[in-house]
Amino acid sequence: MSFVSRGFRGRRRGDADPARVPPGQYVTGDFPVLSAGPTPHHPLEWWSFEVRGALDEPRSWSWEELQALPSETVTVDIHCVTKWSKLDTVWTGVSLDTLLDGVETSAEYVLAWSDGGYTTNLPLDDLRGGSAWVAYAFDGEPLEPEHGGPARLLVPHLYFWKSAKWVRGIELRDEDEPGFWEGYGYHNYGDPWKEQRYAGD
Amino acid sequence: MTELVEETPRAKSIVLEAPHWAGHRAGQHVDVRLTAEDGYQAQRSYSIASAPEDGFLVLTVERLADGEVSPYLVDELRPGDELELRGPVGGYFVWEERDGGPLFLLGGGSGVVPLRSILRHHRAIASTVPVRLLYSARSLPEVIYRDELMRLSAYDELDIRFTLTREGPDGWRGYTRRIDRELLAEVAFPAAARPLVYVCGPTGFVETAANAFVELGHDPLRVKTERFGPTGG
Amino acid sequence: MDSLDGNAIAGLLYDVYGQEVTTATTICAHCGAARPAAELRVYLQAPGVVVRCPSCDGVVLALVTIHRVTCVDARGLDALEPEQ
Repeated sequence: MSFVSRGFRGRRRGDADPARVPPGQYVTGDFPVLSAGPTPHHPLEWWSFEVRGALDEPRSWSWEELQALPSETVTVDIHCVTKWSKLDTVWTGVSLDTLLDGVETSAEYVLAWSDGGYTTNLPLDDLRGGSAWVAYAFDGEPLEPEHGGPARLLVPHLYFWKSAKWVRGIELRDEDEPGFWEGYGYHNYGDPWKEQRYAGD
Repeated sequence: MTELVEETPRAKSIVLEAPHWAGHRAGQHVDVRLTAEDGYQAQRSYSIASAPEDGFLVLTVERLADGEVSPYLVDELRPGDELELRGPVGGYFVWEERDGGPLFLLGGGSGVVPLRSILRHHRAIASTVPVRLLYSARSLPEVIYRDELMRLSAYDELDIRFTLTREGPDGWRGYTRRIDRELLAEVAFPAAARPLVYVCGPTGFVETAANAFVELGHDPLRVKTERFGPTGG
Repeated sequence: MDSLDGNAIAGLLYDVYGQEVTTATTICAHCGAARPAAELRVYLQAPGVVVRCPSCDGVVLALVTIHRVTCVDARGLDALEPEQ
């Protein structure tokens, strides 16, 4: 590859602390909108978040019930597999530790699903220990539909395709099941610090 | 790149010399790829604004406020710079004389670019196929190819009209609203004439128009659409 | 955010299929709708390119470029018939 477009830099900013930028990533000041399909619009009256699968009693919360749970506001860096990273993003939501509190399960895996049919899979351990939230506000404002509102999964230690937009629940599973992008060749786990973008990386 | 022509405050035509260019069909586009020194790449598609007969290859690019590629092409590119292109591409949104007519061209914003290629081709081959263009732009300063289109409208075979959706200049007697079924019923060839319709512009614009044409009784197979979007920035 | 249409991936599809396919008739495996590839709904802003049927929103094609190789999942496509 020898062709270079004189003077082209793209949107990237070069002023970030390199220790915070995983390999192959570029920091952006925008918040790019990525989507595999149309933005779903479902009324909040019908919204619920469920935990189902390998547990004794499935649980679910309506929108009001979710809002009533203890919430946290966290500042995290997010990394998209398409190479942009956004630092110091501020989210408000309910920790998965709260939603999974008291759950006893043999399941090691989770499949998260969303309105519109999107799915993504993770090890259950990666949702626990202060690592994940069901987030409904960004920068103090209600999460916009194009960014996953009313609520999305937020799992910042993995590539951002794991932070499923429009999330509606998680299924606890004994066996791992690849989600939407994982099934098309993206990495099953997705650690940005090990640059696990694609299967086999 | 040999020349930059400012079309509107936000749009420029980029005139390219492409020694290996094998020619194209009116309505096709190219994929432009930019590569930074560190290997970072970005790619976007741009419709070819020139007709196959024009000799030079021309792309018209509108600068999107938060675009990644369009600001570079409109603001940074200088004569003598090189651009990496792939193309021509596209076989669907193309018009040639054997396709016949009558021909109705509907463009929204930068959607006029491939339509201009079709119009120039139509003129270059002295086609007698009746053709109408309805161009929707926000205001007169934002009409791309304004002088050229005004000149072309002097030809009998060409009927060129504008609708300005945000504001018209003093004395403007043209249309001043967004396209809708009523406007298209007034301006387009009637369905009974079985026109070939080409619609190009932002997705919302194209969908509104395509639905309206179907409602007006046009054969969906004779309505061709090309959607432009933020990813074209 | 808005989707585009098959015209936007004409070049990519040419690379994958080795010929111009935007004029080819596609048949959606989910709902049977037939239309030129140029009229499919294309989502470009994603880790891969997702092509959906405008009639039923089902995924017709997914194209993922991994290490410079583009893989196509065409399970959502029942047929792709080039224009004669």
